[in-house]
Amino acid sequence: MATEDDQYGLEITELRLGWPSGDGEKKDKKREFRDIVGGGEEVDGGGKNRNMEVVVGWPPVCSYRKKTIVKMYVKVSMDGAPFLRKIDINGFKGYSDFVIALGNLFGIGDEGEYIPIYEDKNGDWMLVGFVPWEMFTETCKRLRMKKKVSLDGGLRTKNLMRKTEN
Amino acid sequence: MDPNPKRPKTVDRVDSVEVVNSSESTQLLCSIDPNRKRAKTVDRVDSAESTQFPDEVLERVLSLIDSHKDRSSVSLVCKDWYNAERWSRRHVFIGNCYSVSPEIVAARFPRIRSVTIKGKPRFSDFNLVPEDWGADIYPWLSVFALAYPFLEELRLKRMAVSDESLEFLATKFCNFKALSLLSCDGFSTDGLKAIATHCKNLTELDIQENGIDDLGGHWLSCFPETLTSLEVLNFASLNSEVSFDALEKLVSRCKSLKVLKVNRNISLDQLQKLLSHCPQLMELGTGAFTQELISGPVTEFKNMFSNCRNLITLSGLWDATPLYLPVIYPACARLTFLNLSYATLRSDELANLLSHCKSLRRLWLLDTVGDKGLEAVGSCCPFLEELRVFPAHPFDQQIFLGVTESGFVSVSRGCPRLRYVLYFCRQMTNAAVAAIAKNCPDFTHFRLCIMNPGQPDYLTKEPMDEAFGSIVKTCTKLQRLAISGLLTDRTFEYIGKYSKNLETLSVAFAGSSDLGMEYVLQGCPKLRKLEIRDCPFGNAALLSGLTKYESMRSLWMSACNVSMNACRALAKEKPRLNVEVIRDEDGADDSQAHKVYVYRTVAGPRRDAPPFVLTL
Repeated sequence: MATEDDQYGLEITELRLGWPSGDGEKKDKKREFRDIVGGGEEVDGGGKNRNMEVVVGWPPVCSYRKKTIVKMYVKVSMDGAPFLRKIDINGFKGYSDFVIALGNLFGIGDEGEYIPIYEDKNGDWMLVGFVPWEMFTETCKRLRMKKKVSLDGGLRTKNLMRKTEN
Repeated sequence: MDPNPKRPKTVDRVDSVEVVNSSESTQLLCSIDPNRKRAKTVDRVDSAESTQFPDEVLERVLSLIDSHKDRSSVSLVCKDWYNAERWSRRHVFIGNCYSVSPEIVAARFPRIRSVTIKGKPRFSDFNLVPEDWGADIYPWLSVFALAYPFLEELRLKRMAVSDESLEFLATKFCNFKALSLLSCDGFSTDGLKAIATHCKNLTELDIQENGIDDLGGHWLSCFPETLTSLEVLNFASLNSEVSFDALEKLVSRCKSLKVLKVNRNISLDQLQKLLSHCPQLMELGTGAFTQELISGPVTEFKNMFSNCRNLITLSGLWDATPLYLPVIYPACARLTFLNLSYATLRSDELANLLSHCKSLRRLWLLDTVGDKGLEAVGSCCPFLEELRVFPAHPFDQQIFLGVTESGFVSVSRGCPRLRYVLYFCRQMTNAAVAAIAKNCPDFTHFRLCIMNPGQPDYLTKEPMDEAFGSIVKTCTKLQRLAISGLLTDRTFEYIGKYSKNLETLSVAFAGSSDLGMEYVLQGCPKLRKLEIRDCPFGNAALLSGLTKYESMRSLWMSACNVSMNACRALAKEKPRLNVEVIRDEDGADDSQAHKVYVYRTVAGPRRDAPPFVLTL
């Protein structure tokens, strides 16, 4: 992924694809729980979820039941829109319907003016569409339709986006 | 009409009464006879003094045996019995579709009428198995079309089923009667249209929790008006609206309907109309249990269940509110199974309901009922044998609601006959589980899910080892165990040492070293299925089971510490096992085996494996 932006010292604002990891390398999406808690050692669980990373398929609730019981309404904000809206993530089969519905929520089309990003359970902002759909439904806390132009270093970021799209 | 669709009438060769009296049987006999190849056995030729039963009598006796385990034992006695058993078998159960091939099944059992097949590993329910992994039913159907043209029943779990397969099934098997699909995927409602349209003798259509592409409810309207044989209809998990008119007519003309489970779109007054047509129902799944417009509602519906004198199972009840729930009270006294896992009831609502349900044997709930609701379970349901408590918000870690150890203990005090428990909670203690084991020593299935991985006893901060230790020491009949919480190797030491009847073990985020898995593989004489995820078990652990895996159905290990080389070593040593590695999409570390699936098979390596499944 793009590294030429390092010279500007703005790596932390760089919109990157992948897990919130220290290096720029794309990490294994389905990270092993052991990696996070330090393989084999006893976990300082204690009820608090400091170490709780995203884990696929846990708790073991089957997909049908997940979709049926859990109404996962998350707030969606859009840059420039005064009011937030809510959308039920569990009402969709996958990213394609979901992104269309997101667009419809605000009456915007496919122009690519906005990128959907989401805040996951760890408080990190991620690009929508990268992790498997099921994992996304389990970890998304809220959404934001970010206008591309509003990012710092507008022009350079536009180039970044173009690079990413290629 | 056979009231029990699970036991199809056999065409007995030898019941003389039937042969003499029924010309149909005789005709059928004449057509079947020429095809029979009976191997002459040495036994019969040799022994003049032997008290051998004639084959016909042996077969007749064996035809009364249903249990496939018993039949397996029977087939091992001697060649005569092996043959008598295979000719008299009408139902075959295949626990792992890749353990045997359809050709082998057809060759051994010539007269099958009913087939049950399970496909993907259970962890596929939780998205751990990629799509297009396999377990396609089609190859089975194409063999069955030739070998069992009179096939009547097909029950599938976790199989890939396409619309083409369903159409093939509907059109190539003229006598097809019962279809049950549980946790299957790959088909749409178009496939159901084919079944409804072509299966003239359909008695059962049971569609549960599948990854189905719901294109609309038109399939239900495809049942012809001549179809009157339906006994089981379950479309509760389909989302689209069906034509109520078609449904009402169908229910009215199927006088033998015993099981009806409708989907959420069926309203209360529609349900009332349906019930007036089928008072003989034994199992009912309601639609949405609420009304938009309230206008003296309860009195309108209060007689809905008064004629349903045979009702023993009730489910559905979506969005049930305190206003409408009392409608079911008249039916509650006879209920033995109540599934409230889609109704977000609170403790008081549940308590009121349960005070009417004194005969309950099985109860499924959402954890919205809380510990107080479970107290009501303990006081109202002394005959309870099975309890399942599902989480309403499994992924929301901020939630402090739900049930705790206290609710579980309350139930155990009031329900000493508990055998089967599935319990999702956010906190548990060793002391509580020890008390539960003492109160309910007859557990056969104990599945405890403490939702935060690696969580210790919240009071003592110790691992939960002693909890599961007390379960395995006290509950000697335990067949299935699922463990959770902070667990060291000690838990596995207990399991290996005490669980003499354990057949299925599910492990996640547990253990400290290879020893854990080794304890289990060296103990547990009846172990059949072992599924492990996110544990620190490595190569030594995997290979310690070398001599055990052939006596098991399967082993699943994902996100553990197993290398490709160890898997290759296992595969090389044990040619009668399939050792399959599911490659991770990223292919990050090629020397590690991220997902391993090992199973015994007589069919050799899979021929339909997708590129991401490596058979070693």
